[in-house]
Amino acid sequence: MSIDLRATARMLKFDEKADRVVPPTGFTARLTLFSAFAMSFLAVFALALSLAAGRVADRWGSELAQSSTLRISAPAGETATQTEAALRVLRTTPGIVDARALTVEEQRALLSPWFGSDLPIDDLPLPQLIDIIETEAGYDAAGLRLRLAAEAPAAVLDDHARWRRPLIDAAARLRLLGWAAILLIATASAAMVTLAANAALAANAQVIAVLRLVGATDTYIASAFVRRFALRALTGAAFGTLLGIVALMLVPAGSDTTGVLTDLSIQGIGWVWVVLIPPLSGLVAFVATRYAAGRVLEDLA
Amino acid sequence: MIELENVAYSYGGGELLTDMTLKVAPGSFHFLTGPSGSGKTTFLKLCYGALQATAGHVRLFDRDVRGLGRDDVAVLRRKIGVVHQDCQFLDHLPVTENVALPLAVSGQDADPEQANLKELLAWVGLTSRANALPPELSGGERQRAALARAVIMSPDVILADEPTGNIDWEMSQRLLTLLVELNRMGKTIMVATHDLGLIRAAKAQVQTRVLRISNRRLQMAGADL
Repeated sequence: MSIDLRATARMLKFDEKADRVVPPTGFTARLTLFSAFAMSFLAVFALALSLAAGRVADRWGSELAQSSTLRISAPAGETATQTEAALRVLRTTPGIVDARALTVEEQRALLSPWFGSDLPIDDLPLPQLIDIIETEAGYDAAGLRLRLAAEAPAAVLDDHARWRRPLIDAAARLRLLGWAAILLIATASAAMVTLAANAALAANAQVIAVLRLVGATDTYIASAFVRRFALRALTGAAFGTLLGIVALMLVPAGSDTTGVLTDLSIQGIGWVWVVLIPPLSGLVAFVATRYAAGRVLEDLA
Repeated sequence: MIELENVAYSYGGGELLTDMTLKVAPGSFHFLTGPSGSGKTTFLKLCYGALQATAGHVRLFDRDVRGLGRDDVAVLRRKIGVVHQDCQFLDHLPVTENVALPLAVSGQDADPEQANLKELLAWVGLTSRANALPPELSGGERQRAALARAVIMSPDVILADEPTGNIDWEMSQRLLTLLVELNRMGKTIMVATHDLGLIRAAKAQVQTRVLRISNRRLQMAGADL
């Protein structure tokens, strides 16, 4: 069936009398309602997963992309000298905005999650940490390592790249998987609605014959089926989405800095996507039924 | 009105009808006879555009069916009322809604309470059965309901395929009376039947033309009819 915008508009127009010509079909009605319900429920979770993964990827990316750490692990008497030398090198390196040695309190704060807040840090041979803030373009890490080897041999540069990239890649892949799942859900929904519509149309071959006998156009006949299936899918999807939202609210919440699993919530613009699930489900059902009706009416001609 | 020019129809590799030429004049009353399986139903279906001729031309109201899309043919079909032997109905809708179906599909007022519909049901003697479902009707009632549905759009032509095939003599005479009445109102009638008694009874009331399908061809019937 070719795309005819006027015919499509007529199909969307509510017509109680036209809808009555199709007898109520219990099995296909329940199948469409249930599949739309289940698929929308799953779509809410896939969407939440994708959005959460996206947030984590963005956060990790922005937090870690422009910072590095320099560690000075020198004998007690040389730490201050090497720290000064390292800071001099860093401040003259293109691509570095700021370099600052962490205070004892800051280092204590970093260790407190593991050792507690009353850690006797002065008695421990801890390395001195230097926090480096980069420009957007970043610096030449290989060149910097060579200069540091010459002027502050106890300095070890950690540009976070080693562990940052896989984390961001994983989060981005998780986001992609979420969208792929949504696409699969939409495709599976379309397939199920097409099957249900095919079954309904085939079961109503006699109805179609009667309608043709009295001068009904294919658009009129298709409309009666298409509207019914789209409405069922819309209803099922609305309930599925609602239940999905309720289920998401039952997932225990974590802090903002935790991972995907404890941040499985819908936030901000994400709600627009959630609200779009039922109408998109109805649209998928509309297109799938229209395709099925076009084919069956062609076969029955 | 309905015009066939050298029409042939083939199905499954075999030719069912061949070289059929006919011009149906407005206001005429035709009978179409022939043995079972001779192609009477196929011929009628060609006449209302339900089948496409495989050769030749079928013109409905001066329009060649071959060049029309299915929806265009459907719109043309509204000018032709069709009554089938097996009287197809929508079994989940009451008689009134079935009779009003042609109005509904053409976007006209199909209110079961409208006066025209009530008059039509009274004309075919189904006022008391207006709210019955089709499976609850007798054979004769179904035929009369089908006739009411066929004429509700006030079509120019009424085609009936073995309309008395499943009903008794008394009921078939009643149906014939309705068809004769419609013909006297200026409607063109074509009835496919192998009921020779029905043809003779009609000839006693109106001028008819009897056609016969024999050996896949359309012929004028002999004087015995």
